Amino acid sequence: MRWIRRRVGAAPIVAVTGAAFSACTPEPPAQSAAGPGPDVAELPAHAPEHFGFGMPASEDRVARWDIDVKPDGEGLPPGSGSVAEGRFLYETYCLQCHGPTGTEGPNDRLAGTGEWEQWPAGRTVGGYWPYATTLFDYTRKAMPQTTPGTLTDDQVYAVVGYVLSLSGIVPADAVMDSASLAAVEMPARGRFVPDDRTGGPRVR
Amino acid sequence: MPGGLSRRAWLAAASGTAATGLVMTRWDALKATPQEASPAAADPTKTPGRFVSEVGTRAPGEQPRRLVRTLALSSSSRTPLQDLNGTITPSDLHFERHHAGVPDIAARDHELLVHGMVERPRVFRMADLKRFPQTSRICFIECSGNGGGAYNRNRMPTAITPQQLDGLLSTSEWAGVMLSTVLREVGVRPGATWILAEGSDAAVMSRSIPLDKAMGDAMLAYVQNGEAIRPEQGYPVRLLLPGWEGNAQVKWLRRIEVTDRPTMTRDETSRYTDPLKDGTARQFSFVMDAKSIITFPSYPYVLPERGWWEIEGLAWSGRGRITRVEVSTDGGRSWTDAAMQPPILSKSTVRFRHLWNWNGREAVILSRATDETGYVQPTVHQLWEARGDRTSYHQNHQRAWKVSADGTVTFGLGDLL
Repeated sequence: MRWIRRRVGAAPIVAVTGAAFSACTPEPPAQSAAGPGPDVAELPAHAPEHFGFGMPASEDRVARWDIDVKPDGEGLPPGSGSVAEGRFLYETYCLQCHGPTGTEGPNDRLAGTGEWEQWPAGRTVGGYWPYATTLFDYTRKAMPQTTPGTLTDDQVYAVVGYVLSLSGIVPADAVMDSASLAAVEMPARGRFVPDDRTGGPRVR
Repeated sequence: MPGGLSRRAWLAAASGTAATGLVMTRWDALKATPQEASPAAADPTKTPGRFVSEVGTRAPGEQPRRLVRTLALSSSSRTPLQDLNGTITPSDLHFERHHAGVPDIAARDHELLVHGMVERPRVFRMADLKRFPQTSRICFIECSGNGGGAYNRNRMPTAITPQQLDGLLSTSEWAGVMLSTVLREVGVRPGATWILAEGSDAAVMSRSIPLDKAMGDAMLAYVQNGEAIRPEQGYPVRLLLPGWEGNAQVKWLRRIEVTDRPTMTRDETSRYTDPLKDGTARQFSFVMDAKSIITFPSYPYVLPERGWWEIEGLAWSGRGRITRVEVSTDGGRSWTDAAMQPPILSKSTVRFRHLWNWNGREAVILSRATDETGYVQPTVHQLWEARGDRTSYHQNHQRAWKVSADGTVTFGLGDLL
């Protein structure tokens, strides 16, 4: 692959291990037959190193669009919200889809721990979600379903805190902010393992 | 035709789904009885035909439809596998899976930000993306939840069509720019191992993808079957990850962040992870393993008479080419190689056929696919053994159909358990 030899700053590909993911830096999964092969198109030999297409992204542009939150808390915004505030927000914006205690539906069940044995039905925040940061990330982007992205960061902290409290993961008097949210240890955290399917004769 | 019923009426009666569009098929047309002839069939050589038109339409008797189960923001519609032929899915019948509806995006306003662990973070408009050298490929996209309806040993369906069971599968010719070309343009920094792909829908659907896939056969696709990609498939540009689960192939792509770890988004933690019987859950289970399904005969078809019938279906693997498809007509006791109909492409669907002389007695028919890694499509017992009987996603086990002596066809996996 001509251009692959020429590519700039290519990362070394690390083979996956059989162990569970380490805290925040799991290695990429193994990729039998998924990497470059005969299906990968090559650039012409005379293609330039850089085409110069597009325009530079300013720091401001990146800051406005880079809204995701990483599992170590990177990307969490300033601000805070209490579980008590979150309860009011939950009952205003969330209750009609998720029920008075986060268990009634009709949409996804949120509350509950120790529900692993009920999978796949029991994919609750308390029983299945491995990172509390994910709940902030998802709630800020995608909830409430009919008016997504309308809660302030303080409101997201508050309602995330309340949803976590429904599963007993944080106390009723908790105040969530970037530090306290990143410090939350979710019960299902150690449950996840890398994909060990590799093709070949063995069924996994 | 028993009882003087028209072929269409008989199928409708057998399926109870006269209004679903499932009853009119290629095969149906071949077998159409005289009383079904439309006025247009009188004698087309004696009447001038219609004028040219700007957009063509399907023949009145050929109206395949996606199956919409529920109208909701997070929902899906399914491709009518039993009504189609060849391997390419007509774009308007490509399955849908949206997490917050289909956004209306004007291509001229759409921008893709590529940043993170890169030397030169850049914003690309669609016109920029289209100036890069283009490439194309034919491949399938399948939702990893496809087929989960036939995994529960206590609720194995019988009256279920290929569309209902496995219709979250479609195949297209995609074209666009290799993601590696765009990443080369921005310069990936050493130490990067993942990317985050983010969509511009109301769920801001996001997935983390290993960098080696991004630098491999991943594509930013803006063409589907010769025209702009459809809104339901990610207009104006989507991530295409040949062979990988559909959810990871983020539609309406607006941002790529190069990272040194996965972001652990909602859809790669609480969803699209596969609980296993040992109390763990498989994460980042991207690849779709080899799979096949017979699409004819299948429910709700009825075989009106014994004799020669061509069993046909689709086989595919996310790990490369399908090398073999076998068919059994005796419930899996013996297997015969099916014919594979070209083209046979890596990470794409292939149509297989097997000429069968049905003796009129009850028969359970199955197919199983083998891919170039030597992986053989497992039985459901093998998957239960490997993963437990309550896992979810990636349920690629063998499918069976039971042809009863009266010619009716039902999903037959339950009869084998």
